[in-house]
Amino acid sequence: MSDSKKFNVIATVILGILVVVTMVPILMIVIASFTEEKTLLRDGYSLLPGALSVDAYIYMVKQGAIIVRAYGVSILVTFVGTLGSVLITAMLAYPMSRKAFKYRGILTFFVFFTMLFSGGIVPSYIMWTRVFQIKDTIWALILPNYLVTAFNVFLVKNYYTNSIPDSLIEAAQIDGAGEMKIFWKVMLPLSVPTIATVSLFSGLAYWNDWINGLYYINDAKLYSIQILLLKIMNNINALKQNTGSLMGTGAVSLPGTSIRMAMAVIGILPILLIYPFVQKYFIKGVVVGAVKG
Amino acid sequence: MRKSSKTTLPFMLIALPGVVYLIINNYIPMFGIFLAFKDYKYSKGIFGSDWCGLKNFKFLFATDDALIMTRNTILYNLVFIVLGTVAAIFIAILMCELGERMRVKIFQSCLLLPNLLSWVVIGIIGFAFLSADTGFINNTILRTMGKESVSWYMQPNVWPLILVLVFLWKNAGYQSIIYMASISGFDKSIYEAASIDGASKLKQIFSITLPMLVPTITILTLMAVGRIFFSDFGLFYQVPQDSGALYAVTQTIDTYVYRGLMQSNNVGMAAAAGFYQSVIGFVLVVAANAVVKKINPENALF
Repeated sequence: MSDSKKFNVIATVILGILVVVTMVPILMIVIASFTEEKTLLRDGYSLLPGALSVDAYIYMVKQGAIIVRAYGVSILVTFVGTLGSVLITAMLAYPMSRKAFKYRGILTFFVFFTMLFSGGIVPSYIMWTRVFQIKDTIWALILPNYLVTAFNVFLVKNYYTNSIPDSLIEAAQIDGAGEMKIFWKVMLPLSVPTIATVSLFSGLAYWNDWINGLYYINDAKLYSIQILLLKIMNNINALKQNTGSLMGTGAVSLPGTSIRMAMAVIGILPILLIYPFVQKYFIKGVVVGAVKG
Repeated sequence: MRKSSKTTLPFMLIALPGVVYLIINNYIPMFGIFLAFKDYKYSKGIFGSDWCGLKNFKFLFATDDALIMTRNTILYNLVFIVLGTVAAIFIAILMCELGERMRVKIFQSCLLLPNLLSWVVIGIIGFAFLSADTGFINNTILRTMGKESVSWYMQPNVWPLILVLVFLWKNAGYQSIIYMASISGFDKSIYEAASIDGASKLKQIFSITLPMLVPTITILTLMAVGRIFFSDFGLFYQVPQDSGALYAVTQTIDTYVYRGLMQSNNVGMAAAAGFYQSVIGFVLVVAANAVVKKINPENALF
């Protein structure tokens, strides 16, 4: 066997082991969600459980009004947040990419400075809750932190500068198009790859967010799936610290372990379904962003 | 004159929503860091609360808290930078040896997957392993070995290891993307020449790939050093399940600020810790960037 072939085999084996090690924890909760509750409590989490069941999923669909609602909140917030994020980000990036705009340098620095310095969560929390009163409103899940990030703005701006030829803009100008029209009819349609990347980053941020929920949401009606999971885990830990055990807590209604696992699985599901189709945009975004933010 | 304002106005209008958002979300809170010098009372508000000079800082640094959270934040980051870089390069080099595209794609998808999960879900996965009653480690691993169960969430000494493992599990695949991109950009003819000269694959990795990666490693490391005063809140809050017994080894500046603000209602000390993080963080980012600029102006942020 040649050196190169031998190395190929070694690389495949080592990476194969790493892939298994990486996937086992995720597989564990998927299996737990399909394990009978009794078995789970008796034998604990296992990769080869004694008895399988789909009860947890049936329960979620039939009796899980709270879970279904939280799923709806997650979908709504992700959809609205991502749409708003992509539009505002692209609009902000456009003037930064145009040499004809005389305040281009100031605007770029204005966006860039947010990467260098931050006031931190304390003033931010007080502003959002006291001035804008967003506590326990749906806006608390959409507005703070994620709507426009300098990282995404620079991603789009670099694409506009490097991948869209000036001659296209000039041609549109000769046809009498204004800046607004050029943005909508030329730049936006031509920047599909970078828009896909930004949508992906933004969508992931909104879907996976729990920090905004932790700070701003107490109303159970506005729990997203992540926040619902977080609150359930908090309750379990609080109970444990008080009673030393989960047993005999019949008075407090907590979903069983397998239902919790099923909730975590449906929380990951959209990512698993969409990711294989968008991986290339994700990777491109990471590479471009790392090289020049 | 008229022509210039005619072309400037539309640009400003297009940028307006984003500018307004950044003013609200980023710039107003920047000015809010003066709160660290106030004795904040909810009833009096930001402007009504009395100034208290350095009182908040005196309290903060009088306790062990400041030392513990600073030590934890910096030490974990240092370990993450070193081991994270080693793991990412290791994966990237092996990936580039796979050759076959489909296999690369599948392996890469799997290794990236943890990075796409939320910290809440990762916290639950951790709980599945570590829970005292039902956890995989106690029930399957320790029981088969005939050992006693361990209350993992009460054992501070094991948590540095757990947190490092979780960090690597979540981030190594992600960080390897950048190194893979660098390696695949290297000139193939260098490797061909080395092969002809009889250099083994291993030799090629140590004498060609690694030396050529040095600029990328340097830049990424410097950027990470610039962020050394910031920690991933989710890793240090969700994974230990906010267990009080573990604070000595899991408290970072970010978890301290959260707890001060939301749990112990100690806004003054949280604001002081936030100020400390913002200001030193800013100095470090600027300093790291200055060094990057010296090495390679192309990679500098500004």
